[in-house]
Amino acid sequence: MTPNASHRGLTRRQLLSRATAAGASFVVGTGFVAAPDAAWAAETSHLEPRVFATLVQMARDIYPHDRIADAHYVIAVRGYDTPEAAPAITAGIAALDAAAQGRGFGSYLDTGWERDRVDLLRGMEESAFFQQIRGGLVTGLYNQKEVWPVFGYEGESYSLGGYIDRGFNDIAWL
Amino acid sequence: MAAVFDLNDDSVVVIIGTGAGGGVLANELAQKGVNVVALEAGGRYLPEDYVNDEWESFGQLAWTDPRTTSGDWRVARDFSGLPAWIVKAVGGTTTHWAGASLRFQDHEWKAATSYGPVQGANLLDWPIDAAEMAPWYDKAEEKLGVTRTGGREGLPGSNNYLVFEKGARALGYTEVHTGRMAINSAWNDDRMACQQTGFCFQGCKWGAKWSSAYTDIPRGEETGHLEVRERAHVARILHNDEGRVTGVEYFDKDGALQMQKARIVCVAGNSFESPRLLLNSASAMFPDGLANSSGQVGRNYMRHMTGSVYGIFDKPVRMWRGTTMAGIIQDEARHDPSRGFVGGYEMETLSLGIPFMAAFLDPGGWGREFTSALDAYENMAGMWLVGEDMPQETNRVTLNHAVTDQWGLPVANVHFSDHPNDVAMRAHAYGRGQAVYEAVGATRTLPTPPYPSTHNLGTNRMSEHARDGVVNRWGQTHDIPNLFVSDGSQFTTGAAENPTLTIVALAIRQADHIAREMSARNI
Repeated sequence: MTPNASHRGLTRRQLLSRATAAGASFVVGTGFVAAPDAAWAAETSHLEPRVFATLVQMARDIYPHDRIADAHYVIAVRGYDTPEAAPAITAGIAALDAAAQGRGFGSYLDTGWERDRVDLLRGMEESAFFQQIRGGLVTGLYNQKEVWPVFGYEGESYSLGGYIDRGFNDIAWL
Repeated sequence: MAAVFDLNDDSVVVIIGTGAGGGVLANELAQKGVNVVALEAGGRYLPEDYVNDEWESFGQLAWTDPRTTSGDWRVARDFSGLPAWIVKAVGGTTTHWAGASLRFQDHEWKAATSYGPVQGANLLDWPIDAAEMAPWYDKAEEKLGVTRTGGREGLPGSNNYLVFEKGARALGYTEVHTGRMAINSAWNDDRMACQQTGFCFQGCKWGAKWSSAYTDIPRGEETGHLEVRERAHVARILHNDEGRVTGVEYFDKDGALQMQKARIVCVAGNSFESPRLLLNSASAMFPDGLANSSGQVGRNYMRHMTGSVYGIFDKPVRMWRGTTMAGIIQDEARHDPSRGFVGGYEMETLSLGIPFMAAFLDPGGWGREFTSALDAYENMAGMWLVGEDMPQETNRVTLNHAVTDQWGLPVANVHFSDHPNDVAMRAHAYGRGQAVYEAVGATRTLPTPPYPSTHNLGTNRMSEHARDGVVNRWGQTHDIPNLFVSDGSQFTTGAAENPTLTIVALAIRQADHIAREMSARNI
């Protein structure tokens, strides 16, 4: 049975954050963003490439997982590349860059160590912009099935008959 | 086959809600030949519909109609629109519950007497006791097929349980086992045994866990005495000039306002919606809401002292494999004020998947302290702490007239602040939970804050005297003889145990009473 959408009420994103629809479909457009090390690339339509690249770095600095590739952080934030969301994102990233310049860096991306960027983020932790990005990542990043194996998480097992014959009590080191 | 009753049939019992209280009451009455119309705000989902994906399932089953929050509990800050994680569906929160089925301890029926005066707590003895409830607990355990009762075997221990058990034994705990669970350890009551699949909170796709959605509800329908109307949201309970209830107004699945007449109305919408409905039914005769002469409707909201502890080890545990809550330590459930608080708490195994762990481990948390814990997810074991919290008059459900739901009705505001006894108990429980895992070599332990509430209790409490509470020993409102409360909101105090078994036992007992009183033409 399909639940009637009109009866659903709040969506999970409204519950967890005031984020715009992170994870919405990506529209191919004019801007082309590539990471400095060319580990990932994405096209943007409404965000300046440098703004988007900074946003991706910010996402990683909020929830750093060294074994998760940039591509998943890109997926988690690309929903902000919309006409509605872009102005606030651009302003938020500009504030982040200004804070970086206040500490003597050229920009947020022009920092050598994660700890420098974390200090900058701590300084804006209470801002609506930071909370929007952080809140959106909770589902935008961790609800990507593709990242679950990095954590060892196996997801559903019903289709495999559960774990009754597949290791629910296989712990050997106790 | 399922009955169909006319809107003008004033001989029916109308039950609002179909969970552990309403769903059981509906079937028990139907089995006795009483005609019942059960109005359920949610839709009908069965095992084949359940989704083993945390967020997708949440979207399918959770009650996410607007609510507001206040008070100093952290849920009000982190999940301000989601004070509870409960279900809007046929079967109610019995689709979501973990299955832990524990009787109250004898002294917990008499909390005021057992604990003595506790400053700031609105403690009261239940008007019933362990001896009176024992036969009803027997029936409830049989209905739910509770393991370790009635000759039923316990469930086998999962990896998460084995870690928990070893730590418990190392600390000298003795009341440690895989729980009394309404989850089949063997074929029982036409339902199969647990396949150790996890996702107990998302609805059991095997049907191994008892839920009224696929037991009591269809069995009641088979009698021809029960009609369940899905997606029927009750807006108001109506009454006549004699102060007797006469029916209910509800919005049907198409959004049209309907009126169903009734001989008796039973409210079982969980501890937010039940008082909200009584308050939203205020009239010239009952300006403070129905059944509220005591002023206690909505007050004494309890949510159990809760918290979780996760332990991280140097080797894998894979806690998500297997039955979510089949593991318990009961040694701390006793009343022992030498620990610095009254009442006690249970320690029960628990696991969340990565999506919910990210949302609930440390809401608002970020950076490497947070992500390094998630990086160790595979090596994590988890437990939930659940204990008796103190009823307080100021912890309450009220109407928030500034916010309305999709029907234009004022929503429930849920105000909660911990009592000092709750704080002291949680601190103790965190310490013992951390010690359990440290005794098995945990390299890091995480005392995790309470989640949005699943145990919502007390907002229409049972009392001997009308001045102290909303309902009498039968769940019948003191003020209106043909209006009953049939869910956990009638709890006088919360005890330490997961409440479902007690809600079911009270519902079976209430059905017996209602049928008897109807036969005697007393109501």
